[in-house]
Amino acid sequence: MNNIFVYCEIEDGHVAEVSLELLTKGRKLANEIDRKLEAVVIGHNLTGIEKQIFPFGVDVIHVADNSRLYPFLTLPHAEIVVNLFNEEQPEIALFGATSVGRDLAPRVASALKCGLTADCTSLMFGDHTENKTGKEYKNLLYQIRPAFGGNIIATIINPDTRPQMATVREGVMKKEVFSATHKGEIKHVNVDTILNEGHMAVQIVERHIEKQKINIKGAPIIISGGYGVGSKETFDLLFELAELLGGEVGASRAAVDAGFVDHARQVGQTGITVRPKLYIACGISGAVQHTAGMNESAKIISINNDPKAPINQIADYVINGNVADVIPKMIKFYKHNTK
Amino acid sequence: MSFKIVVLAKQVPDTRNVGKDAMKADGTVNRSALPAIFNPEDLHALEQALRIKDRMEDAEIIILTMGPPRAAEIIREAMYRGADSGYLLTDRKFAGSDTLATSYAISLAVKNIKPHLIIAGRQAIDGDTAQVGPQVAEKLNIPQVTYCEEVLDVSDDELTIKRRLERGVETVKCKTPLLITVHSSAPACRPRHAKLLMKFKHARTVSELQEETKDYTEMMTNKPYLRIEEWSVADLDADTEFLGLSGSPTKVKKIENVVLAKKDSVELTTDDKDIDYLMKELIDSHVIG
Repeated sequence: MNNIFVYCEIEDGHVAEVSLELLTKGRKLANEIDRKLEAVVIGHNLTGIEKQIFPFGVDVIHVADNSRLYPFLTLPHAEIVVNLFNEEQPEIALFGATSVGRDLAPRVASALKCGLTADCTSLMFGDHTENKTGKEYKNLLYQIRPAFGGNIIATIINPDTRPQMATVREGVMKKEVFSATHKGEIKHVNVDTILNEGHMAVQIVERHIEKQKINIKGAPIIISGGYGVGSKETFDLLFELAELLGGEVGASRAAVDAGFVDHARQVGQTGITVRPKLYIACGISGAVQHTAGMNESAKIISINNDPKAPINQIADYVINGNVADVIPKMIKFYKHNTK
Repeated sequence: MSFKIVVLAKQVPDTRNVGKDAMKADGTVNRSALPAIFNPEDLHALEQALRIKDRMEDAEIIILTMGPPRAAEIIREAMYRGADSGYLLTDRKFAGSDTLATSYAISLAVKNIKPHLIIAGRQAIDGDTAQVGPQVAEKLNIPQVTYCEEVLDVSDDELTIKRRLERGVETVKCKTPLLITVHSSAPACRPRHAKLLMKFKHARTVSELQEETKDYTEMMTNKPYLRIEEWSVADLDADTEFLGLSGSPTKVKKIENVVLAKKDSVELTTDDKDIDYLMKELIDSHVIG
């Protein structure tokens, strides 16, 4: 009872990266308050799935394996999670902030009448004293996220409802194997006693999932552009430099909203979190929403014609000038000085 | 009977274009520096409703929003683009609502309207939570289809919908009643229509009428469609414990202005020698090359 639960997403027989990252975080949180880490896996043909999960330090895996449970559908998955949480009374429940987790978690939170915080960038324990009543709380989950378009950082707590629920984007937490030989217990959920016809109201007619084409998360070098890049044409310069250096092109939310580049390239709280060895921020002012997703880059260069751009604060090199002037010079030097 | 569509919409501060005066010296948000706008994805939701109305003659579009009295602005905006009527949920007792309390209030209003279909934007730009849509569906005990890009087909009792996921697309079918949330990859909303602008420019809520110096009595009697309904807690069959602050399990513990730890950065110009110096450093330290 009162353990830490992670909902594990399954695609093609594999546990999603974000779920493994959350298991890693969940293990640390569980150790801090001396609780167990439990995983919830819902899908079909899941025999052997525990081999992907136990190495992350999971004590109990709840498996719901049924042909009606894959591909993901909101209602049957929500029903199973709600039933399980009512029985197990988790202290904390974590979901990936994906199109699955952000669809499922709110429905579950509503059914359980408990609090949910979306897109957290940090999770930690802390205490709280209620001002009015003086009631004290120990080890609440501090759910930290940028808010208001990323202009402020808010710490959210759920003092009185359980589980304390949060979603986290892929790449925000680090994935680390706890022990390759770790083994726990497997519990099977009796799906047939939970589901009825009503849960199958939504039918999937067609499904076309592609392998991820753009992978900026793993790129060692990222040339990232913001609204200040100004046009698709100037973005082409970023692509040219990225190709030359063996990197990828990233973007701020404003650049994506302006239609300069594809959403898959968005770095930041509502995009992807990256930790490359070099991050070149071109015409990016540096709202928290963006910096939350890149401030752990090993080296940061900011190219901006606003010397007061907030991103300059965290940059190792600040170039005060126009992106369209600087990038071609970088390309030229690199071509002349390397083979 | 008409095919009733409720579009859930929110008036939000335009957090996308935050200028330097958006934050006050004490680190709080200067709301007055941010214009209030129609939440972008809710406009995509309205467009999907309008497209259904284009195909179904008896479709009726009702805007539902919760907010302060001035949020009636977005109901008028929706009318200019083709919505038929609107409801504004406004009451101080809603203040401090998180997504759960908001969803509860909205679900009660939806129960009063009894639509076949509810369409919402995926998320609002001031919170980015994407939680209210699914939570309203749960409170109404109806299915939800999130991340919709296009309603492919609609009949009186069933919809076929294309969803946009991270790595692909999915087509699903579901019977009504149903709630769908619309993704920003869906088509943008059509602009205001001049005739509709003329027709609805005097649409008002009761609160707005009280502020008017001009006498609207005759106009409101002759043109009942100009009335924007205003509902308070009293109009909902609500358990007040689940509204506002008391109905909100999440509490804001702390708000911080963002202070980035200042690094000792090297300042450079666009001069060739500066760029060359930087590139040489990067190559020599094997960061690139």
